[in-house]
Amino acid sequence: MGKTIVEKIISAHTGKEVSAGDFVVADVDVVLAQDGTGPLAVRQIEKMGFDTAALPEKTVLFLDHAAPSPKKELSNDHITLRNFARKTGVQVSDIGDGVCHQVIPEKYLNPGEILIGADSHTCTGGALGAFATGMGSTDVGVGIAMGKTWLRVPETFLFRITGEFQKGVYPKDLILHIIGTIGADGATYKAMEFAGPAIKAMEMTDRMTLSNMAVEAGAKCGLIASDAVTKTFLVERGRGDKFVSITADEDAVYEKVFDIDVSGLKPTISFPHKVDNTRTIDSPDCAGVKIDQVFIGTCTNGRIKDLRIAAGMLKGRKRHPDTRLIVTPASREIYGQALEEGVLKIFNDFGASINTPGCGACVGVHQGALGDGERCLATQNRNFQGRMGNTKGFIYLASPAVAAATAIEGVIADPRKYL
Amino acid sequence: MEIKGTAWKFNDNIDTDAIIPARYLNTSDPQEVAKHCMEDADPEFVGKIKNGDIIVAGRNFGCGSSREHAPIAIKVAGISCVIAKSFARIFYRNSFNMGLMILECAEADNITELDELGVDPEKGIITNYTKDEEYTTSPVPPFMKQLIEDGGLMKHVIKKTGLGA
Repeated sequence: MGKTIVEKIISAHTGKEVSAGDFVVADVDVVLAQDGTGPLAVRQIEKMGFDTAALPEKTVLFLDHAAPSPKKELSNDHITLRNFARKTGVQVSDIGDGVCHQVIPEKYLNPGEILIGADSHTCTGGALGAFATGMGSTDVGVGIAMGKTWLRVPETFLFRITGEFQKGVYPKDLILHIIGTIGADGATYKAMEFAGPAIKAMEMTDRMTLSNMAVEAGAKCGLIASDAVTKTFLVERGRGDKFVSITADEDAVYEKVFDIDVSGLKPTISFPHKVDNTRTIDSPDCAGVKIDQVFIGTCTNGRIKDLRIAAGMLKGRKRHPDTRLIVTPASREIYGQALEEGVLKIFNDFGASINTPGCGACVGVHQGALGDGERCLATQNRNFQGRMGNTKGFIYLASPAVAAATAIEGVIADPRKYL
Repeated sequence: MEIKGTAWKFNDNIDTDAIIPARYLNTSDPQEVAKHCMEDADPEFVGKIKNGDIIVAGRNFGCGSSREHAPIAIKVAGISCVIAKSFARIFYRNSFNMGLMILECAEADNITELDELGVDPEKGIITNYTKDEEYTTSPVPPFMKQLIEDGGLMKHVIKKTGLGA
């Protein structure tokens, strides 16, 4: 019987052949925690009596959710993480270095590896053909201390993606469409595996957008087979030797198979307050929805291609006077590229507020909390009530192109006329 | 052993931002976090519950972030058990690690707010004393039963390693 990608990766980390439903203790390769969840992980490690880390070179503590810190309590949490890193030799990714889920693929994660992270969007790493999954602080504390974790091998839902995206339609629209179709708990406890010609043709940046949002359907991971695109991504970052081919077997057993042709997709928007509450841009619900804040950034859509798409539309235009635009590149690498290419100048000339690389406004800690009754259209992955710091705010999720069009017009807008 | 408490009802898709909003995550003090338990779903919640009460919810309870503060907030607020039609994956796992009792029950919709419940996790039986009904819960996998028996993940690890502060 053939194996899915997740069965293959977990088998290789347990020294035995496993299949869906098995409970195992597996070796992990990379561990991450961030400044929200990390301090608790550190305290749990200390309570368990450990004073060392099992994988100091590949354990990374990210100062990204409060970067730079807006208040003393969070600054003190940063001290906790810095002190733990000094003591154990684990890595610190400092303020301005970027969002954990962007920096991990750029610098640490390779195909076939297991990544556990104390952040739900750790599943982003699945785009590289790695098993990457989010957990709580205690689980990750055990991972940091022991280099191991317990797992139930998940069943897999296969998404076979075919066709070509029409102009103005992007992988963000695809993943919103998928979640809108199967629901916010449509893949709970399962692995999602994205395959097919449209995935083969997709750049790494777009694959990461898909994998990033697997958790928004409840999934444990969002996996994509490694291939020439993966290899190029690694070669460009000096890790070409880390490439291995990770694919599912031809006769792998899937719990469900979904066939999706992207040719018919339209720009798609998630309405407040649930990710699966989707509309296409031509829905009457989208007409004339006034937007106070547009946010382009995050581990979902804060990469250089996203910024280029938006900047290409905004060049030579001015923002709508009633709508502010916040741009937060996902990492220092991306910030540097955007700086060199003049992308940041375009945003600045347009009237945007440009933030330090990190999680930015998405998590509601700083850099763009909403006022009472305000509406935000964001390229992030989650629009729960209260997400951006205010339960009286309303969050709409969309692609960077929809975000740019909306910043120009001040209402939810179709990007296709600007392309 | 039966747990007894009053039911407090919630809808489908109660997310971790509703259970414990990110704006309160600048402290990891469990007592402080518990003061804001369920605040964005029901601002009155902490004031009206009594120790041992039970949360009853629909599908996908605990979806969203990986924050372990969510099960901690519920547990420290005094809730003895969460019953839902289904749980989000990370919340499910975190609850076992933190020692918060959670039970999947397909018949959760039959319970109404303020029903008096008795829960026997060993037998997998929920008794609704108000309505004189009985419901069954989904079985807990043996690996996770072991975690509970050891008192959560940390105690399980300490038992295995012989360490412990």
